[in-house]
Amino acid sequence: MSPDNEPDKRKPDEAGANEAGKNVPQEAAGADKTVPADGHPATGPGVDAPIADSAAAGAEQENLPERLPSESAEVIETRRGAFGVRGTGDTSGYGGLVRTIAMPGSSPRPYGGWFDAVADQLAGALAERQIEFTDAIEKVVVDRGEITFHIRRTHIADVARTVRDDELLRFEMLSSLSGVHYPHDSGRELHVCYELFSLTHNRRIRLEVSCPDDDPHIPSVTATYPTADWHERETYDFFGVVFDGHPGLTRIEMPDDWPGFPQRKDYPLGGIPVEYKGATIPPPDDRRAYN
Amino acid sequence: MTATTDQFAATQNAPDDAPGRSFTVTGQDWDSVTDALMGSEDERIIVNMGPQHPSTHGVLRLILELEGESVRDARAGIGYLHTGIEKNMEFRTWTQGVTFCTRADYLSPLFNEAAYCGAVEKLLGITDQIPQRALDIRIMMMEFNRIASHLVAIATGGMEIGALTVMTIGFRDRERVLDIFEYITGLRMNHAYIRPGGVVNDLPDGALDKVRECIAWLQQYLPEYADLCNENPIFRARLDDIGYLDLAGCLALGATGPVVRATGYPYDLRKMQPYWGYETYDFDVCTRTSADAYGRFRVRLDEMYQSLRIIEQAVERLEKSQGEPVMVADKKIAWPAQLAVGADGQGNSLDHIRHIMGESMEALIHHFKIVTEGFRVPPGQVYFPIESSRGELGCHLVSDGGTRPYRAHFRDPSFVNLQSIAAMCEGGMVSDVIVAVASLDPVMGGVDR
Repeated sequence: MSPDNEPDKRKPDEAGANEAGKNVPQEAAGADKTVPADGHPATGPGVDAPIADSAAAGAEQENLPERLPSESAEVIETRRGAFGVRGTGDTSGYGGLVRTIAMPGSSPRPYGGWFDAVADQLAGALAERQIEFTDAIEKVVVDRGEITFHIRRTHIADVARTVRDDELLRFEMLSSLSGVHYPHDSGRELHVCYELFSLTHNRRIRLEVSCPDDDPHIPSVTATYPTADWHERETYDFFGVVFDGHPGLTRIEMPDDWPGFPQRKDYPLGGIPVEYKGATIPPPDDRRAYN
Repeated sequence: MTATTDQFAATQNAPDDAPGRSFTVTGQDWDSVTDALMGSEDERIIVNMGPQHPSTHGVLRLILELEGESVRDARAGIGYLHTGIEKNMEFRTWTQGVTFCTRADYLSPLFNEAAYCGAVEKLLGITDQIPQRALDIRIMMMEFNRIASHLVAIATGGMEIGALTVMTIGFRDRERVLDIFEYITGLRMNHAYIRPGGVVNDLPDGALDKVRECIAWLQQYLPEYADLCNENPIFRARLDDIGYLDLAGCLALGATGPVVRATGYPYDLRKMQPYWGYETYDFDVCTRTSADAYGRFRVRLDEMYQSLRIIEQAVERLEKSQGEPVMVADKKIAWPAQLAVGADGQGNSLDHIRHIMGESMEALIHHFKIVTEGFRVPPGQVYFPIESSRGELGCHLVSDGGTRPYRAHFRDPSFVNLQSIAAMCEGGMVSDVIVAVASLDPVMGGVDR
C-alpha cells in the first residue's frame, strides 16, 4: 500500500468527534437550553468517568474535525419535539425543542491526500467526453477520510463508465450500491450511494445520486458494472428507485406482489405490542425515541 | 376445480395460464416426468431447485432451464430469508444494532459485528482510540470465525458430492472452535461480542489456554482434509474445472473472497487496506490459479492455516497485554459495565452491580442513560469494508446525529457472489450446479438479511 492512500492519516483533524452536539452546526436558538446540547447522560462527580479529566478532554479536542462552516452543512430536516412529546400540554419543555439535522456539506479545496488528484483526473476525463465537471457533479464532500462525489442523475451512467475506464482512475469494481431515504430533503428525497473500489490504485470513492420522490428515476449502471444488477433490484425493492435501462428490474427480496417500499422512512416497521404480566410494551417504532 | 378443493394442496395440474406442461415432483418420482416427456420433441424443461433443498445452503431457489442434463439457463431466486435486519436496526440504538447484524450471515457472526462496529467507530471518529487489546481479541475471534466458516463450507460442500466423512470431521473440528466462542462470549453464535468501542468483555480466566489447546487440535486434524480430498480422484473429478469464473468475470460481477483469490489475484482487504493492526501480523494471502471449484476449496483449506498463524501471534500479544482495557476510555460511548461470563451465562459483573446499586447514584444514572438512550453519533456516512470469510463485507452506515442508525446497509459477499451463479452454471451439467453453488459458499442469512 502506497503511503498516499491514507488521507485520514495525513489529516488527523479529519477524524470525527465524540460529542455529537458539537457537530450539529445549526442548533436552533434556545433549543440547547431545554436539553443538554449533546444529549449525553449527565456526568456527575460520582461517576467513574475518566473522560472528565481535563487531560483526556484536551486530547479529545485534538481529534475534533474541522467544524464545517454553517453555510456548507446541508440541512436536510428540521425536527420538533423529542421523546414522544408533541404540541401543547407539555410541561417538560421537550415539546418546544427544535433541532435541525444537517449532513456534511460541500468541501472546499484542497481535499487532501489523493482526493485532489482523483477529482482533477475525473474533471479531465469528463472533459474528454465533452462533459463539464460542474454539469455532472453537484458537489464534492470529504468527510471522515472518505470522498463523495454527488452526481447529477442524468450523468451517473457516463461518470460510472468514465471512472471505470480512465486509466488513472480505474475503479474496476462496484463494491456496493444502496439507497438512503431522506423524506424531508425536498426534491432529493431518494439517494443512491455507489461505493467504488480501484484495485489498481487501491482507492475507494463514493458516488451519490439523488432523485425526487415523485420522479424516482435514475439511469442504471449495469452496462458498466454488471454486479449492479442485484444491487439495483434490491434498491428498487426497498426504496422504489426505478433504474432506467436495467435488464430486469423486479423485486428481489420481497414477494413480487408486495405493496410499498419497506426501507423508506414512512414505511412502518410494524410489530405488535407485547403484553407481559399486565404491562404492555409497544412495538419498537411506537416507543418513545430520543431522535 | 370445485369449492371443496384443498387450496393448500400441491398443484397437480398446470395452471390455466402456464405455457407448456407442468409436473410436481417431490422426489423419487422423476420417472413420471420422463415417461410423460417420452416421445416429445421438446427436451427443454424448467426445474425449480429449492427453496427447500439440502444442497442449496438454506433457502436458495435456483430456476434451471434444462435441455437433457445440460443447464441452458440458471437464475437464482432469493428473498426467502429476508428478515428486515437493516430496517430493524434503524429502530434500535447504535449498540443494540450489533445484536441484529450478527444474525445476518449466521456462519460468520463476528465479521458482521466487526464491519458494523468498525463503521460506527469511523463515524464517531474514535478508530484510533480503540485499545489494542480489544483489536487483538477481535482479530483472534475473527480468524477463529474464518476457520469455523471455512470448515462448514468444506464440510457441506463435501457432503453434497457424497463425501460424508468430510462433513462429519468438518463439524467435529468446527465444534472445537465453537467451544472457544462459547467460553469467551457465552454463545456459540449470535455473539454480539464486538461492540462499538471495543469488545463486551475481556477474555475469561484460562481462555488463552483453551485457545492453545484448540490450535493444537486444529493443527493435528486440519491435514485430514488434505489427505481425504486433495488428490482424491472422485473429488477432483467433481470439482476440477467446475464453476469456472476468471478474474475479469469476478471483477465485473463483484465476486470477492476465495472466489477471486482462486483466480490468482491476491484480493484480500487484510493486506490491501489493513484495518485494526492486520498489517502488523505476519501471514500470507493464499491464491490458486485454476479459477474453479477445486481452486476455491484449496484456497479455503490454505487460509485456515494462515488464520492459525494469525491466532498464534494474537495469543502471544494477548498474553502480554493482560489487564489492559478492552473498551474505549470514553465513558460516554463505552458500555458502562464490563460484562462477565458467569455460571449462569453472560451478565453484568457483580462488582459493577454493587457499584451502581449500593455505592453511586450517579453511576446508576449514567448506566441507565447510556443503556436506554445510547450515545449520539455525528451526522455523516461511512463505508467500512472488511475481509470476511466469504469476501468483502462492507457496512454502509448513515447517521443523522441521533442515537440510532439512520440507515445501515450491509454489502454482503454472499449476496454479490451469488449473482455469478448464472455465469458459472450455464452450459454445464445439472449435477455441477450443486458443486458450483457449494464453491461459492453462500449463506442465505447474509444474502437476504
